[in-house]
Amino acid sequence: MRSFSRWLVRHRKVQLGSLLGIPLVWLVVVYLGSIAALVVSSFYGLDSFTFSVVKKFQLTNYQELMSWAPYGRITLRTMVIAVGVTVVDLSLAIPIAFYMVKVATPRVRRVLTVAVTVPLWASYLVKAYAWRVLLDPAGGLFKRVLGGSPRLGIVTVIITLGYLWLPYAILPIAAGFERLPNSLLEASSDLGAKAGQTFRSVIVPMLKPAVLAASIFTFSLSLGDYIAVGIVGGKTQVIGNVIYSNFGVNNVPLAAAFAMVPMAIMVGYLLLVRKTGALDNL
Amino acid sequence: MYVSRLTRRILGVLSAAVVAFLFLPIGYVALLAFNSSKSLIFSGFSLRWWRFAFTDDAVSSEILAALWGSVKTAALATVLALILGTLASLAIHRFNFFGRQTVSFFVVLPIALPGIVTGIALNSAFRNVLGIRLGFLTLVVSHATFCIVVVFNNVLARLRRLPGNLEEASSDLGADTFQTFRYVTFPLLRSALFAGGLLAFALSFDEIVVTTFTSGAGFKTLPQFILNNYSRPNNAPVVNVVALSVMVMSIVPAAIAQRIAGSD
Repeated sequence: MRSFSRWLVRHRKVQLGSLLGIPLVWLVVVYLGSIAALVVSSFYGLDSFTFSVVKKFQLTNYQELMSWAPYGRITLRTMVIAVGVTVVDLSLAIPIAFYMVKVATPRVRRVLTVAVTVPLWASYLVKAYAWRVLLDPAGGLFKRVLGGSPRLGIVTVIITLGYLWLPYAILPIAAGFERLPNSLLEASSDLGAKAGQTFRSVIVPMLKPAVLAASIFTFSLSLGDYIAVGIVGGKTQVIGNVIYSNFGVNNVPLAAAFAMVPMAIMVGYLLLVRKTGALDNL
Repeated sequence: MYVSRLTRRILGVLSAAVVAFLFLPIGYVALLAFNSSKSLIFSGFSLRWWRFAFTDDAVSSEILAALWGSVKTAALATVLALILGTLASLAIHRFNFFGRQTVSFFVVLPIALPGIVTGIALNSAFRNVLGIRLGFLTLVVSHATFCIVVVFNNVLARLRRLPGNLEEASSDLGADTFQTFRYVTFPLLRSALFAGGLLAFALSFDEIVVTTFTSGAGFKTLPQFILNNYSRPNNAPVVNVVALSVMVMSIVPAAIAQRIAGSD
């Protein structure tokens, strides 16, 4: 053991290999392999008589996606929902995280931290169904108490998804505020900056990675959701449920081709924000 | 930073409102678990759904099977994620190698891509490329894949905060690599591993999208039970009972996590 250990110290490459080998093989084989297989199958076709997959390179799926207008509308609608959810969540999460970490007394802060984490343990599905009950236009709680409720559609989807992902936005931003030393904020005000100025020139740049990490969660989760959309969205069609229904009728190639849209958007976004260190904050 | 009294008050009210928003649907579900009718409007207090969930043999065995399925999956996926995530984070932290940034990018990818993309990719890889029948094994492999990142990020954040000279001191005092890991590094990582592991468990326990595509017909988890039963009007109230029970049971691990996070 000892001599092996000594040998290891001298062979850094072996050390690195034995640490990185298994996780790397797992991620490359299991995950990237599957993604690669998905990309390949997006170029397959479907036999029009037997409805079985034809493993021959073709662009049929992409041509169909480009030529049929509803696909464009569905993509746009999904983007609107994802951006809407992200904006709602960030504008709620930043002030509450600031209050939690920098303003509240330690006691209040503990209570708030628990209050934000406990909902994460309640089932996603149960929460989505609860919103369906609350928002039901025919006799939900909102209708009874407030006298009106939005039609099941984009608005109710944004409310529900915004609700579901809010803790995922608050937690990384609160962690970001924790890493922001109070002394910097004090220095800024000692140097004569008003609260607004401190916010713009000290808090915003230092908090950027945490906020971007939060937005990765809210954006990605909204971009692919189809279950909550199905529960509270009425007939709203989004990328997720179109992929799901095509996959369900065994049109895997078309589902795979449409899955390239959210995938490309997310990979692009990740590459864009990678330099800021946002990925370490997930 | 000086925050004016008015701003403090506004922020406080806003925070209270957000907390109320977070608990509104959960509270409503808790209320419905004690509903006397099967409608989704509360019409009176009763324990009939609790009695139904616990005494109806068909229903209670289905609930227990689903609960056990979820616990089994989450536990195994968490163990795999702990091993893979810790190994990867140690490699990233200690070595500077070509493609280091790319590795951290790949670790993040399974959780940053929408669940449906991951789900159908794994599904077609298992079925069409590898020719494996979907079941418990494929489910665990899929869950472990997207759980790696939470362990990885937690452990890596801890490693970055640890002073490097502790490990050096250990080897100067004659400990070999494995002794140093066992007696120095591991104890320092323990709470980060616990936090990451708990997060991985929670993530797997509540997952439904990737699960739908990778679990096959025979194997069921709790979220699948919930999804199936909410669409059956007669069973919907039972789901509220199950949901409330799981929430109450989760208070214990949540409280432990809070303790550990607080002591760091």
